[in-house]
Amino acid sequence: MEHYLSLFITSVFIENIALTVFLGMCTFLAISRRIDTALGLGAAVVVVLGLTVPLNNLLYNLLLRDGALAWAGLPGVSLDFVGLITYIGVIAAAVQVLEMFLDRFVPALYNALGVFLPLITVNCAILGASLFMVEKDYAFGESVVYGLGAGVGWALAIVLLAAVREKLKYSDVPAGLRGLGITFIATGLMCFGFLSFGGISL
Amino acid sequence: MIREFVEKFAERFQPGAPLEKWYPAWDAVENFVLSSGARTTGASHIRDGVDMQRIMVLVWFATFPAMFWGMYNVGWQANSALMGNPELLGDGLQAWVIGLLSGSSPDSIWDCLVYGAVHFVPIYAVTFMVGAFWEILFAVVRRHEINEGFFVSSVLFALCCPPDVPLWQVALGISFGIVIGKEIFGGTGKNFLNPALTGRAFLYLAYPAQWSGSHVWVAVDGYTQATPLGIGATDGLAGISAEFSWMDAFLGVLPGSVGEVSTLAIALGGAFLLITRVASWRIVLATLLGTIATASLLNWIGSDTNPLFALPWYWHIVLGGYAFGLIFMATEPVSGPTTNRGRWFYGFLIGFMVVLIRVMNPGFPEGMMFAILFANLFAPLFDYFAIRRNAKIRAARAERLRATP
Repeated sequence: MEHYLSLFITSVFIENIALTVFLGMCTFLAISRRIDTALGLGAAVVVVLGLTVPLNNLLYNLLLRDGALAWAGLPGVSLDFVGLITYIGVIAAAVQVLEMFLDRFVPALYNALGVFLPLITVNCAILGASLFMVEKDYAFGESVVYGLGAGVGWALAIVLLAAVREKLKYSDVPAGLRGLGITFIATGLMCFGFLSFGGISL
Repeated sequence: MIREFVEKFAERFQPGAPLEKWYPAWDAVENFVLSSGARTTGASHIRDGVDMQRIMVLVWFATFPAMFWGMYNVGWQANSALMGNPELLGDGLQAWVIGLLSGSSPDSIWDCLVYGAVHFVPIYAVTFMVGAFWEILFAVVRRHEINEGFFVSSVLFALCCPPDVPLWQVALGISFGIVIGKEIFGGTGKNFLNPALTGRAFLYLAYPAQWSGSHVWVAVDGYTQATPLGIGATDGLAGISAEFSWMDAFLGVLPGSVGEVSTLAIALGGAFLLITRVASWRIVLATLLGTIATASLLNWIGSDTNPLFALPWYWHIVLGGYAFGLIFMATEPVSGPTTNRGRWFYGFLIGFMVVLIRVMNPGFPEGMMFAILFANLFAPLFDYFAIRRNAKIRAARAERLRATP
């Protein structure tokens, strides 16, 4: 239990996927103008990461990794090389299913998320989390916790950035830096705050 | 007479006159020499004539006890170190000035003050001049006023430097703090991180050798003395109390950044700020509560490998930059939340984070700076939720009023 807790905290704060690994930057910068949309998108990322990382974990451990096909009588076979495309396929499919599910059962949320939901398919934070999972060789339980933690970390970062940007509406930024420019600088300064965790290892 | 003199100059900066472009620079000088001739028009002030100038000058005065005690302590630390090895004083410019004005006896208040001033005044002067350069440049090019906030940023930045820091780093740090931390967003009131802390964090991360460790805290070349928190990270409370008593830490006779050492001197300034309501008592109280709760929790959990788990809260608040950050940095109105409910959460988060970083993070023995920067990020979000909640309550109240005719 303690192991899972420290893994969760590590993935939310210490290895925050947006502010210390810098993944999912395009959506992070583009969809952080308002807090409500940032909250919605953050929730969607949590759900998608919480689904796809464990799914990919199962696929990797049962089908793809070196020697995983021993149960089918093929002990020397490694399907590692189709890993990347498999994960992308799983992510695209999971997002599609989630979209249909929300459309059918929670139309309010579906409408609120709008175009962001399909956009998640191409968010590199999602694929990145799956690849980290493979690299760090997480077991199934760990992959569930890691997926959720990475999602919560990313959601926290984008909501914080959105709040900062709403505050910065009242700023007087030099003309050349308005919009994305100042958002890059704000993101960089936010990393200062998150550096407070740099060096902690749980 | 002064007024006549000032007004004679003022004509040259009016629109149409040759020095029109430099009006912001002139305006700042004029406001500093006289009080501002212009009264605020419009409804920006709710009660009394409290304006930025007055608030900032109050904060500036409030740092004086910490500043003078800091200088005395720098001198005391150094002179005590020199007692054993007087050859370490060297024969540079600083040593010459010290020899000219005073001896080097740790028992003499004057000797210690001179020694401290010889180290602190250059730091402050560089901070002030480099900061003023950027302020004036931005004000002139971007046509806004020079704000008194800069007095506060510069004195706070200078006070949180180690006494032995190279002056070019001071210049670099205040440049980063003023330009990237503040001016790029449009000046005072428009930034979201504390400019002085932004500059310090930048230096801390860029030049860890000069900003942490055990070489920089006593202003004598080649003399090493770790800060109490640095000792604590390895030896725990036993290690700290072997060298310093709690009273030492409270009064401020220990190595550290110039202004951070004396909890008592800072508390004097802090009491002044709280009574004049410049600093928010909610933030101060919430931070203390957060620290007490977190430190007590960690005391209770305990740890066999990490001795800092056992450090009680009353040690946490007198060590390192805690008091300085609490009074002068955390309560800064621009980078903190503006709603009272938000301030409670903000303060609690700082109190929680500072203990967490000090205890859990082996990389940073001191946590106050990063705790405040981290909480600065959350301030707008806390405000957002406080305002949303308030709007909901008021909407419900309006609904009730409508329902009962």
